[in-house]
Amino acid sequence: MTRAGSLQTEAVKRRLLVGLPTLVLLVLFAAPTLIMVLATFQFPDDFGGLAPAWYSDSDGVHLDLTLENYERFAGEAIYLKIFWRSLVYATLTTLFCAALAYPLAMFITRAPSRIRDLLVLLVILPFWSNFLIRVYAWMSILGPRSLFTEGLNGLLGWFGLGPVTLLFTPFAVIVGLVYVHLPFMVLPLYANLCRHDPAWLDAARDLGASPWKTFVGVTLPMSVPGLVAGSLLVFIPALGAFAVPDILGGAQGAMIGNLISDQFLSARDWPFGSTIAVALTLFVVFIAWLMTAVARRLPGGAAHAR
Amino acid sequence: MPARSRALWFAAMGVYAFLYLPLLIVIVFSFNDSRLNARWTGFTLDWYAKLLGNQQLLTAAWNSLVIALAVTLISVLVGTIAGIALSRYRARALSLLVVTPMAVPDILTGVSLLVFFVMIHLTLGMQSVILAHVSFCISFVAIVVRSALTNLDPHLVEAARDLGATPFIAFRKVVMPAITPGIVAGALLAFTLSIDDFVITFFTAGAGTTTLPLQVYSMIKVSITPEINAVSTLLMVMTLSLVVLASRLAPETIRT
Repeated sequence: MTRAGSLQTEAVKRRLLVGLPTLVLLVLFAAPTLIMVLATFQFPDDFGGLAPAWYSDSDGVHLDLTLENYERFAGEAIYLKIFWRSLVYATLTTLFCAALAYPLAMFITRAPSRIRDLLVLLVILPFWSNFLIRVYAWMSILGPRSLFTEGLNGLLGWFGLGPVTLLFTPFAVIVGLVYVHLPFMVLPLYANLCRHDPAWLDAARDLGASPWKTFVGVTLPMSVPGLVAGSLLVFIPALGAFAVPDILGGAQGAMIGNLISDQFLSARDWPFGSTIAVALTLFVVFIAWLMTAVARRLPGGAAHAR
Repeated sequence: MPARSRALWFAAMGVYAFLYLPLLIVIVFSFNDSRLNARWTGFTLDWYAKLLGNQQLLTAAWNSLVIALAVTLISVLVGTIAGIALSRYRARALSLLVVTPMAVPDILTGVSLLVFFVMIHLTLGMQSVILAHVSFCISFVAIVVRSALTNLDPHLVEAARDLGATPFIAFRKVVMPAITPGIVAGALLAFTLSIDDFVITFFTAGAGTTTLPLQVYSMIKVSITPEINAVSTLLMVMTLSLVVLASRLAPETIRT
């Protein structure tokens, strides 16, 4: 084979190797996303779906597009209220995940090296069981006749407090969200804590810092990159959660995800559902940008900036 | 043990309990001889026996299996090519197309694919679910395969060629052994993601097709029964065996 010939086959090979998967992902990911963006400017069809984006008559072809969906979204208080609620739930979920993940990640980091892999595996293992099952498990724990609920209400009764309902409340939604997303916080935190020099902790202790002070003064600031990575991995899916609030939350616990699915499945207003979905996407991108920008300005963020 | 590490030990055990107790309760109650999910009244295998007679559930399980196999096949094919391309060339657009779908919340993937399928007049059913799953599984396969290839010294292929190997032989003897664990891990990942997916399937399956997660969802929505505990336990055993299999076949790729 001549040199020019081999260069040519190399170029063909490259075009095939890069081109084929690019094409598939353009069709299955980029096109649907763009079509959804276009849908936000369209009118709903009479029986669900989308009205055509253009029509033609004797005068030629006319575009049939609207900004109505965006006006409706920004104009009605209920939608902003649900956005706000989702934001609160996702933030609380992220905070609780961090609160649970720190002790676990610190414990694993300090465990003998031969069992460390096993301890990490034990964090991931529940994540490999079906998502619905993990949500369902809480449905039966928080149900009105479960051992947990009855025990709790017995205890509250001692203090003269009324029985509480746990299932189908915001509380249940947040517990479910924390449970489903916890591994996403533990793993990046652990990956970060692993790289901390144990001498830092010894130094802090030798200088008389209490364990709490050592945590606040050394471990926490140095672990900011891990915390930010974990928070993004928890916050973004929690904000777009659909199944958890659908199964564990009642009417009071509906989140953006439920709003979107209602528009697609019951209200049958696809353009408006797409509008909410696009708003969620923009919001997610903004939050991700904000969190990484803030993290870069924090002390540990600069030290570990890579 | 000093007081501080004892406190840490208790906190960590508490979190492990939080992770495992709910699943343990599901498993225990799947053997419970009572319709209520509240008190232990005795051991039974009735709920498992009932599953065998549940025709809807068996159909859903079969659909899930067919979908997962088709998804695995297609996404391993496309994902491996993408992984090789990413490790060899600077393909900016491809890299973006591989990474972005993984960052998009499930519900957005679900509804955008629904709009897309309806627009191109694809009938919703098994075929739309397969395409939907492929759209997010490719990324995972591509990334696993690429990371398997980053450890491969590109000079090894050149060395093989210099020593007289044909391109095909060089590929089979040098690239294949390096890439195989990545492909195996990617295949198992795609299979598990497909068989476990609920949200994206929920939006793209249409009215007539059910999968195992969709069936579990409708069972949960109707009422909580011990049968769900039994299905759940079986599903857990199945995924666990897949993970064990993956760690046997490709130990280094399962590491985190």
